[in-house]
Amino acid sequence: MKASAESILEVRDLVKHFPLTQGIIVKRQIGAIKAVDGVSFDLHRGETLGIVGESGCGKSTLAKLLMALERPTSGSVRIHGKDITKAKGAELKRMRRNIQMVMQDPYTSLNPRMTVGDIVGEPFEIHPDVAPKGDRRRRVQELLEVVGLNPDHINRYPHQFSGGQRQRIGIARGLALQPEIIICDEPVSALDVSIQAQVMNLLERLQNEFGLSYIFIAHDLSVVRHISDRVAVMYLGKIVELGTDSEIYDSPTHPYTQALLSAVPVPDPEGRETRQRIILQGDPPSPANPPSGCHFRTRCWKAQDICAQQVPVLERRPGSDHPSACHFAEVRDVVNAQ
Amino acid sequence: MSEPTATQDLIKGADEPAVNVGEVQDSRRSLWRDTWDILKRRKIFWISLVLLIMFLLMAAFPSLFTHKDPEYATLAKSMEGPSSEAWFGYDLQGRDVYARAVYGARTSIIVGVLATLATVLIGGLTGVLAAYFGRWLDAIVSRVGEMLLGLPYVLGAIIILGTIAPAQSNPSKTTIMAVVIIVLALLGWPIVMRIARSAVIQAKHQDYVQAARALGAGPLRIIFKHLLPNSLAPILVYATITVGSYISAEATLSLLGIGLRPPVISWGIAIADHTSYMRTGAHALLFPAAFLSLCVLTFVMLGEAVRDALDPKLR
Repeated sequence: MKASAESILEVRDLVKHFPLTQGIIVKRQIGAIKAVDGVSFDLHRGETLGIVGESGCGKSTLAKLLMALERPTSGSVRIHGKDITKAKGAELKRMRRNIQMVMQDPYTSLNPRMTVGDIVGEPFEIHPDVAPKGDRRRRVQELLEVVGLNPDHINRYPHQFSGGQRQRIGIARGLALQPEIIICDEPVSALDVSIQAQVMNLLERLQNEFGLSYIFIAHDLSVVRHISDRVAVMYLGKIVELGTDSEIYDSPTHPYTQALLSAVPVPDPEGRETRQRIILQGDPPSPANPPSGCHFRTRCWKAQDICAQQVPVLERRPGSDHPSACHFAEVRDVVNAQ
Repeated sequence: MSEPTATQDLIKGADEPAVNVGEVQDSRRSLWRDTWDILKRRKIFWISLVLLIMFLLMAAFPSLFTHKDPEYATLAKSMEGPSSEAWFGYDLQGRDVYARAVYGARTSIIVGVLATLATVLIGGLTGVLAAYFGRWLDAIVSRVGEMLLGLPYVLGAIIILGTIAPAQSNPSKTTIMAVVIIVLALLGWPIVMRIARSAVIQAKHQDYVQAARALGAGPLRIIFKHLLPNSLAPILVYATITVGSYISAEATLSLLGIGLRPPVISWGIAIADHTSYMRTGAHALLFPAAFLSLCVLTFVMLGEAVRDALDPKLR
């Protein structure tokens, strides 16, 4: 399905700081983990937005904020113009019908003491008006069929299924309320490579069938490229570069994206010999105390004085066709470079 | 089942789990329904159930098990051993040991079961709430629990019982039983609270709880559908053991003269009365102790059977 320009999810200046406290009786805030530090993007109907970044860059916190499982420190998440971060009670419950989640670990995301029928049918029990009571069992079996499971297995327990099948159960649960947006938080990283392809194909098929919009979070660049229409690269709580998959993969402009892409394994042995690997120095700084200015400047080979003084805005820079948060953004093709 | 084609295989997932194919698929199943189906097949469940019914009958209608009067004393027969006339012999006062063991079941089981129920309810509720809501509620519940745990059990019981029902007083049978049950529960709930709290905290951070919240589930559904079923096993095991320890705790209090006291008949009192006659008349101690042990064993077996049946992974 072709992505339309209508945006159904608008994220603006989303910030989540987890306070660091000290003291036993009187708690005093001594700092904050800046897990998500000013993130803005739009999600269009029917498109897949991939979010990549290394561990600890705030991807999962971002997913929780979008699902209203955590309250943001500031900023907004608008679905069809309504802010889910400020919704409460019945309104929040109604908004949740529109945005659902597929979790990372299929072994912990299903209650071991509930049958598959109960797990996939739980959305109907929470939102009774979606499916009338007598109809639910049939709906659950339909959902199981849609995700490629045997509908007769409705009475089985999660431990009787393999990892890939469990992830299908999780997807069926996410589909039950017929949401428009599904947030996939590393949905395939816990699976074998052969199963990964099956689950990815299933997700693509469901997107075409139901016109879903995905936010696809992953740390595997090839997985993200395979499924995404647009890709956002995150580093230390900020989006550093945002563009279509070919813009990001073929003409990255941010040094961090370039370094990340240069680490992708190349299947061609000759290309492997000649290509340039950008090896970054050091570890990512602590999100409790990120560097001033550009968060990436401590590991960047292009860093100048301006990088420490001025926060680079995520905007379209001269010589490039997509937004990048670097003062010295310039295209460098690292994937196809010889 | 025919060999699936390659495309079907791709859709259905790589491997089918090895489960018996002849499984009944018609009716809608639930955790409790499945638990019952499993229990029905367990021998240990039926044995403990028969024993439990026997003990409950004994507690409700002791005259079904003996025609003798537990109060009738013939001092001449004091500490007389087992004979054809009295199978379990006579106690210190010359009363029939078997009759007293049968009549003692009621008090002991009522005290043991009710005190356990109260302990589990108070401890379970506070533990679940403290773990789920956390913050100041958790702080208050945990600190109060620690204070009570720091108090030595017998000392606490002596202070409370000694104030409400001192050794010289002559409270009615129901009053003293109620007071003993309350004291046992009051001093025992922090342990259940801690077990429940840690089990719920562990379950709370599982992804399936996050998934339920993302679906819009409220606290009640999360607690009863997700947290409790996954934290019940340790509480259940502790509860079944507690029934036994409460029956013996009741005996300790009787021994100190502050718990149940004659004319109430209980296993605890019978054991307490005869501990100093172990060498000369072991039978007067042995038989009530055997009843108590068998009763405790019944509850432990039952609890274990239920716990195993509740865990789908152990099937």
